[in-house]
Amino acid sequence: MIFRSQHVSARWILTASALMLVALASTGCKKKAIDPFPASGAVSGWEKTSDTRTFAAKDLYQYIDGDAEQYISAGVVTTSTSDYKYQGQLEATVDIHTMRDAEGARKIFATGVSNDSKNISIGDAGVAYAQSVIFRKGPYLVRIVAYQSTPGTPDALQALARAVVAKL
Amino acid sequence: MKNRREFLQATATGALILGSQSKLGLAGMIDHKATHTETGKSRVVIARDPALHGPDGQLDEKHVLDLLDRAIAQYTGRDNPIDAWKHIVPVGKAIGLKTNGLGGKGISTHLALVMAVAERLQQAGVKAGEIIVWDRNRHDLEACGLTINTDASKMRCYGSDVSGFEDTPEQWGTARIRLSKILTRDCDMVIGMPILKDHTMAGVTFAMKNMYGVVDRPFDLHAGGCNPAVADLNCIPVIRQKVRFTIGDAISSVYDGGPGFHPERLWQPNALIVGEDRVAIDQTAWQMIERKRAEAGLNTLEAAGKPPRYIATAADATHQLGFNDPQKIHLMEI
Repeated sequence: MIFRSQHVSARWILTASALMLVALASTGCKKKAIDPFPASGAVSGWEKTSDTRTFAAKDLYQYIDGDAEQYISAGVVTTSTSDYKYQGQLEATVDIHTMRDAEGARKIFATGVSNDSKNISIGDAGVAYAQSVIFRKGPYLVRIVAYQSTPGTPDALQALARAVVAKL
Repeated sequence: MKNRREFLQATATGALILGSQSKLGLAGMIDHKATHTETGKSRVVIARDPALHGPDGQLDEKHVLDLLDRAIAQYTGRDNPIDAWKHIVPVGKAIGLKTNGLGGKGISTHLALVMAVAERLQQAGVKAGEIIVWDRNRHDLEACGLTINTDASKMRCYGSDVSGFEDTPEQWGTARIRLSKILTRDCDMVIGMPILKDHTMAGVTFAMKNMYGVVDRPFDLHAGGCNPAVADLNCIPVIRQKVRFTIGDAISSVYDGGPGFHPERLWQPNALIVGEDRVAIDQTAWQMIERKRAEAGLNTLEAAGKPPRYIATAADATHQLGFNDPQKIHLMEI
């Protein structure tokens, strides 16, 4: 009986080990969940001042109401947003829209480009204004807006944008 | 016009006569059709102050209060703002100030304007605890710079996320919605305090569209450029009866890309648009947006595929919410 019990235990251990290996292997293959929002201090002068809020497509109206339709039409999956502050004064909001595919991001990005925007090399394509930066990378469409305009605002926003794109 | 110190001095005097004020259900000046009794036209005031923002770009609170006083004086024909407010709001009733913070910090009803209205309401005899500043939720209110407070001994400020919505839906035409309990239960009268914006779908969002913030699922009302849903929603009896006055914030605005904040499309009309007829107000606001778009070299809202057709719908024989015909709008620009 002792032998039989040890035999069962050995088989159980082998089976459990195999299952654990499979589980570990599959976890390793999965893409790690992305948190693209830079933490406070990760970018010089920038502090993350709010929790990240994430809205599924069906709930996007709670955040942007009438704007939601164009994102839904372009295939938005989720929108995440967080507030930031630069050097304790300049307030900004980072919105990251995860689209179903790059085409969706391209479609929304195109609406943000105008004659007075300045091209910047962030992500697959990016533009900057005095108080905002918009860029896309793969299925991600990122919009960063500042609520004040200072001479240092454009550079500060682009520094934050580079930190975001590096995490996407 | 008197200066602010004179107004504050007058407040002390005004307080003495509050006890003798008649207990009107709603103040006498407001009438259902929102028309001038003599001309049969809807009155709309656009009050401007180019110096509303100081040299540092910051909003000057004193100028905001003065601008509000000028607008109300023009609208009511009464120079003393406290006297004027007494003819707009009833005493002993809960007055809601429905702000709009959907666009976030950059393009929400200005705190200085909310506080100016609250100050004048109190001077006109409305107790602090009878003033309820409200919107969809905490985030929208905080975007205006407001702080949540449900203590009824002070001016209250909370969203429909606190009050909840009525269980039973209301329906008028295409609008089938559940209303915020702040509107149905907490307020006797509501002053709409929208902020002027371009709107990707509706064309313009201002007085009537602000009512999307009083329902549980505003997104369901966006089909067809929000037409006829905006008009239908505003016909729901409790909205029609309680939302009696509008102090429209056109201090700053976005003339394209709204309703969200697009700093590259931000503009400062430095104005308030005041009146009772929300259709006439929206018609007036629409023209302001069109003029700015033309100045910026943008297409008209019609050419951009987002004409605010709901304004004409609201004025039609079915809805009769007010006038969109410029001939029937008595526009006073000061």
